[in-house]
Amino acid sequence: MATFKVNGIEQNLDIEPEMPLLWALRDELGMTGTKFGCGIASCGACTVHVNGSAVRSCVTPVSAIEGQEITTIEGLASVAASANPSAPDLSAVQQAWIDHQVPQCGYCQSGMIMAVSSLLATNPNPSDAEIDSSVTNVCRCGSYPRVRKAIHSLATA
Amino acid sequence: MKINRRRFLLSSAVVGGGVLIGYSALKPSKHRRANAELAKGEERYVTSFIKIEPNNSITIYVPHSEMGQGVHTSLPMMAADELDAAWEDISVEQAPAIDMFANGELVKGFAGEFGVPGFLTGIINASAFSVAELMNLQTTGGSSSVRFTGETSMRTAGAAARQMLVECAANRWDVAADECNTQLTHVQHNASGRSLSYGELAADAALLEPPENVTLKDPSQFTIMGKAISRVDIPAKVDGSAEYGIDAQSEDMLYAAIRLAPVFGTKLISVDAGDVLSRRGVKRIIELEDSVAVVADSYWRAKEALKLVKSEFESSDADTTSSADLFAGFERSLAEDNSSKVIEVGDAEAAMDSAADVIEGNYTVPYLAHAAMEPMNCTVHIHDGIAEVWTSTQDALGIKGRVAKIAGLSEDDAIFHHSYLGGGFGRRLPFNWNVIDHATLIAKEFNVPVKTVLSREDDMQQDYYRPAVASNFKAAFDANGMVQAWHNRFTGPIQTPGASHIPYAIPNQSIRVVDGDTHVPIAAWRSVDHSQQTFFTESFVDEIAHRSGKNPYQFRMEMLSAHPRHRKVLEVAAEAAGYGQNLPEGHALGIAVQESFGSIVAEVAEVSLDENNRPVVHKVTCAIDCGWAVNPDTVEAQVESGIIYGLTAALYGEITIENGRVAQNNFPDYEMVRMNDAPEIEVHIVESGEELGGLGEPSTPPLAAAVSNGLYILTGQRVRELPLKNHDFSRSTPIAQV
Repeated sequence: MATFKVNGIEQNLDIEPEMPLLWALRDELGMTGTKFGCGIASCGACTVHVNGSAVRSCVTPVSAIEGQEITTIEGLASVAASANPSAPDLSAVQQAWIDHQVPQCGYCQSGMIMAVSSLLATNPNPSDAEIDSSVTNVCRCGSYPRVRKAIHSLATA
Repeated sequence: MKINRRRFLLSSAVVGGGVLIGYSALKPSKHRRANAELAKGEERYVTSFIKIEPNNSITIYVPHSEMGQGVHTSLPMMAADELDAAWEDISVEQAPAIDMFANGELVKGFAGEFGVPGFLTGIINASAFSVAELMNLQTTGGSSSVRFTGETSMRTAGAAARQMLVECAANRWDVAADECNTQLTHVQHNASGRSLSYGELAADAALLEPPENVTLKDPSQFTIMGKAISRVDIPAKVDGSAEYGIDAQSEDMLYAAIRLAPVFGTKLISVDAGDVLSRRGVKRIIELEDSVAVVADSYWRAKEALKLVKSEFESSDADTTSSADLFAGFERSLAEDNSSKVIEVGDAEAAMDSAADVIEGNYTVPYLAHAAMEPMNCTVHIHDGIAEVWTSTQDALGIKGRVAKIAGLSEDDAIFHHSYLGGGFGRRLPFNWNVIDHATLIAKEFNVPVKTVLSREDDMQQDYYRPAVASNFKAAFDANGMVQAWHNRFTGPIQTPGASHIPYAIPNQSIRVVDGDTHVPIAAWRSVDHSQQTFFTESFVDEIAHRSGKNPYQFRMEMLSAHPRHRKVLEVAAEAAGYGQNLPEGHALGIAVQESFGSIVAEVAEVSLDENNRPVVHKVTCAIDCGWAVNPDTVEAQVESGIIYGLTAALYGEITIENGRVAQNNFPDYEMVRMNDAPEIEVHIVESGEELGGLGEPSTPPLAAAVSNGLYILTGQRVRELPLKNHDFSRSTPIAQV
């Protein structure tokens, strides 16, 4: 039995300990906001938070997150709201993504938003070089210039 | 473009007193059939596009796929503006995959250019299709949606609806129609101060015949078009709720992992599944003609089990083929020169013979995969004599027909469920059907939905690739150093007629294509033949400019006197980029221009080398003349997107063939531009007021040449082969700039 919390709700799943968290979320829990991109932790489409830090769920077996707190894109806003009850519905990062019209096809953006949220939690005003080294997600639509603008808008807000 | 609007405008009442107004390339009889077959109760289906309900809410149906290009916003903007509706009153829905929503205007639009577009030509060759059916496509490709569906269908439908609503209001008030005006979803009679909402008029409007003559707005009257309206699909794409094909799910769903023949076109001989069936969740091992699949109750379980399945595929002549062999074949083909004419102007060969000087350059580009972020996938549920399909596609109607055919059903017994696309770039166009076919064949074995997903490795190795091309260029100069002849021989096949044409005033031109067929399957890849040809032609034009002793920008301007739109974008991009002014030490600017899909794009790339002598692109300054901008923000976003896509190809993109199969596996060996490589991009929209041009593709073609041309100035090395990662720039000698 694998036991962990997803967006504040405890989950007990009768699954193999080596099943990656990505597939536990998508196929066992039906939470499809977290995306499959490469399966080898290269592209970042599957990024979630484990105890608040960005992790690539496609190579993270559920045995490695036993008893831990997982946040997915579906829960990002509510996690942000519980930290700051007066905040609007969406997390600041998600709102910046709308303000700057960042997503195109949008498929990579769940992972991109989770990666950026994790970066900003520890480094609220990252330099371009820091953004480059910590946001390594692949976006085939090329939203990178807008991702950068959106991050800087959050840093200076 | 001549359009008989009267014939194809239709209107009909809807339940509860609203009206549906639409425009279609289809004959009215199709709509009668649709009404007879599809309408329930008092429901009435009209071709498409606009539904006005009594509460003044307006729904606009979009017959194109949303893959990030913003078409679910820009097309409704066009209809809503002509309708004089308030944008807040508009909601947008994807038009169902039924043929009354077909967008044959795409085909008609292209027919006015260079004939039927390359990504559709397969249809003409396929016996299952006819040219007539070509008009019934629901394809999204060729940078066509706004240009053709938008201009011919969306705006016309909006304007027709507006005229009908005005006529109703005028009748009700017993005033002349020209005394009435419209704004914000209302008709007004200013003389008497009366006003009626469209919703209040919709039931009456449904009784009217659509107008014979529709007047479209002058751009000065636009209230929505031309504004940077926020995209309707973005909110769902930031909270995880946007559904892509791969997100289809149901309680009883099964999942298939599949191994396709590694050498294209070979057949499966044998399978040894060992005790795989005893693994948890594994339901079946399915052997197909060219593949083996494991079906399980989770994709991960299916994928893990498939790793343990041994399989043997038949041998083939291609088993020992490598990229080197394919390029050697291209060279032989070029040397034999059994070529077909693309362009012959003057007498290029005679000009070569009498020239004072001839320069020559052999250019090549490799195969490329599309690598859309959403791996290829398809879910099919065959039950009760019907087939339901969920997949991300650029061609919903085509998929519906294909699944029905493979399932042995009639097209009417297939139901297509729409979703967003996690990238398209040509991979999800008609005929790139390997995943669709296999998913259907697998699902035939079950009575529950089966989702077939390609791993990233399979997605990369079982693509339909951007063709590799080899070419031979020559230019002849007279004694005064003036270029007199242009010679281009390149390997085909041609997918985009016109891509190898040049706009430059060179009096003698010989452009011809030779055979370039291989066993590697090919397809359209963002900007199709323009991506290879523009790298070649804009690099070789740069060679000619330098050989002429001219500044590459000035040379282009001089040679483009007959093309003021090209000159304008070059001028705007060059000025904005600071062309000719001082640059930081070790930086250089390269320039390129290309017309594709009706838009003209100039790009200036600012480049340098890093401490390891690898190319760095700092900034791309782009000027685009797309006629005019329906939504300036989505124009900019598409230009940014096409530049990044082109930069990945220029820096890293290379699919190689070893032992007949694709050597690359996943992103580490098919690398992508990421944040650290992404340049600053500055976009200037040049509004010429000409016909709308496309946007999804035209910024991709010039990028590789602009970067390479800059690197030439920086290093003295002319890049004639992509990708740049294969070049050694360590021994560089900057050239003296003219």
